[in-house]
Amino acid sequence: MTTNNPSSPSMAACETCPVHSAANLLKLGVNMENWDYVVALAGNPNTGKSTVFNALTGLRQHTGNWPGKTVTRAEGGFVFAEHRYKLVDLPGTYSLLATSLDEEIARDFILFGQPDVTVVVVDATRLERNLNLVLQVLEITDRVVVCLNLMDEAKRHKLQIDDRRLARDLGVPVVPTAARYNEGLPELLNTIDEVASGKTICRPHRFQSQSPVLKQTVAQLTSQIEAAFPGLPNARWVALRLLDGDERIIEAIQAGELGKLSREEDETIEQRLNHINLEMAA
Amino acid sequence: MTSLQQVTANDVLETAKALRWEVGGNFHEQLVETIYTEAANIADRATTRPDQKPRFDFDRTLDRLVTSRLWGFPLMIALFTVVFWITISGANVPSAWLATLLLDIIHPMLKQGSAIIGLPWWLDGLLIDGVYLATAWVVSVMLPPMAIFFPLFTLLEDFGYLPRVAFNLDNIFKKSGTHGKQSLSMMMGFGCNAAGVIATRVIDSPRERLIAILTNNFALCNGRWPTQILIASLFIGALVPAQLAGLISALAVVGIALLGVLLTFAVSWQLSRTWLKGEVSTFSLELPPYRPPRVWQTIYTSIIDRTIFVLWRAIIFAAPAGAAIWLVANITIGGASLAEYLIGFLNPVGLLVGLNGVILLAYVIAIPANEIVIPAILMLTVLTIPHFANLGAGAGVMFEAGQVETRAVFTAGGWTLLTAVNLMLFSLIHNPCSTTIYTIFKETGSRKWTVVSALLPLAMGFVVTFVVAQVWRLVAG
Repeated sequence: MTTNNPSSPSMAACETCPVHSAANLLKLGVNMENWDYVVALAGNPNTGKSTVFNALTGLRQHTGNWPGKTVTRAEGGFVFAEHRYKLVDLPGTYSLLATSLDEEIARDFILFGQPDVTVVVVDATRLERNLNLVLQVLEITDRVVVCLNLMDEAKRHKLQIDDRRLARDLGVPVVPTAARYNEGLPELLNTIDEVASGKTICRPHRFQSQSPVLKQTVAQLTSQIEAAFPGLPNARWVALRLLDGDERIIEAIQAGELGKLSREEDETIEQRLNHINLEMAA
Repeated sequence: MTSLQQVTANDVLETAKALRWEVGGNFHEQLVETIYTEAANIADRATTRPDQKPRFDFDRTLDRLVTSRLWGFPLMIALFTVVFWITISGANVPSAWLATLLLDIIHPMLKQGSAIIGLPWWLDGLLIDGVYLATAWVVSVMLPPMAIFFPLFTLLEDFGYLPRVAFNLDNIFKKSGTHGKQSLSMMMGFGCNAAGVIATRVIDSPRERLIAILTNNFALCNGRWPTQILIASLFIGALVPAQLAGLISALAVVGIALLGVLLTFAVSWQLSRTWLKGEVSTFSLELPPYRPPRVWQTIYTSIIDRTIFVLWRAIIFAAPAGAAIWLVANITIGGASLAEYLIGFLNPVGLLVGLNGVILLAYVIAIPANEIVIPAILMLTVLTIPHFANLGAGAGVMFEAGQVETRAVFTAGGWTLLTAVNLMLFSLIHNPCSTTIYTIFKETGSRKWTVVSALLPLAMGFVVTFVVAQVWRLVAG
């Protein structure tokens, strides 16, 4: 709006600069009523998810240098670029395939909770292992932002990471950060906002099986699922899970939960998630 | 898609069932392999590694040392001894300052003030000699050691040392028939048992989780550290020349903490062979990279989050307890106060286990928070010895907290080295505080296990102190 104001040409640049908006970050703590967007925070254990969570919400969830300390889903809120966000910190997991309780909590939230954006926090020094999770998240949802965290560690180990290349390969935005030192968080917020509001469209990478038989089988089942549940955003992933014999997903189809996902968001989803979530002790 | 009929959910499931036969049994492996290969390719394209020969790897060298079979445990003990030594020797001076300020300067001022306003004697006693003194005592005894201990502990945690401790202990836990992750919840228990009980959520198997909950009490929580540190410096440190006192006291505290770890193993082992039989689950524990701790931020957050939090909890419980103690000491029935009756009633049992009635009564009063055990003991001791009561403090007034005076009170109360040792043991083993018991109830949802978690340690506390007292008296003649 200031672009046509000749007296302050620099204002335009300021407004688009992420640092400007970051100054407008309003940390809401646990106050997260009337949110516009829900953001899920996923990632491997010990990649700094809780640090990112604290930095954005102003909450002080306990962080410590060990894996597995976030045992429940923590929630907080913030306001950025005039949008109210609810941020959900999921337990750290290495994959979404196996069936431990924390993996189920994380997966169910991304699948049934349908967050507007899923931020996958990734350890830059252990990229390969962390990308396993990213690829699996990309199968379920396409609104993903990869937070390439611990860049400070990577520098210490003299690793160079080409984040643009990574973004191109994954088909989603990649933001390098050092959350412990608040580096890159303004850019992260900006990217989250762009994906949430639809300014950035993600074209996520979907992994391809090498075997032609498998490819065809998956395609066949996928098209049938698309026919049964029109609008389902992750039909191929559901097909893969069904072929893998995932009881939880079979159950969800029988109970009609998956059908609801293809229509509109239902209040029971939130209620059901609250059942899954172990209650945070006071 | 082009079929005329509507495809239903059941059709999908039927097709999937049929196709599952076609894809074969190794579908899962193929899927995982595909993901891994793609992840490796993408990671490889994006990463440039330093073009170097395998250089000196600090992390790996350090890991070899701290998790080595030979050096792991000695290093662990040495490290914790240093932490306690810094805590003990560093806390003395500020503790004395705070005691002077709160007890010698502010307390008389409050008394004068109330005399000027003309408060009735019972209100003056209840508020100033009961509530105020109890909280002042807790602040002067607890604040300095906690302000030193918590930041040090948090720095170790931030650096990444605690998972290595868990790694070292994992094997023993497995041999005790429990989950290796119990070492993590135990480490949390060293901060606060209620937090430790919540931390057992990382354990999936209900059997192993229950064992971890029941034994978490043996991780010495921060409400009990000040008791251990004070008694160790007064009685154990006093056995050796002054320049060694700090180190020996620290070693005594480490010894008690280690005994707690041993008890955790022993009780876990026993439980997994009797009430809670079952298979041991396996898990992988990732050793995170060492990270340079953010010193100032750690100090700030550990003081705000842990020190002030714990202190505030202590004050909340100390204030009503102070009032209760004052009332018990000042309500008289037939010439003797209620406290004297209670102490006389508990004394035979107390002496049998090498403690005394005062200590047991103090533990009853301190069920809400272990932090106030020592203040309660001091006050009750003063009350039962007329010599001190005549000092002008009056019944139910917590006594001044200088180390020399404190020791004098204990000695006059008939304390021996045995009393001190058994108090340390009882403080380690006895039942968890009411907050922890409530947390256990919330986490297990079972009355039965909640009762067990409270009574089992209590019974063990009495048995251990009883045996120690009998052996001690036999040996010492």
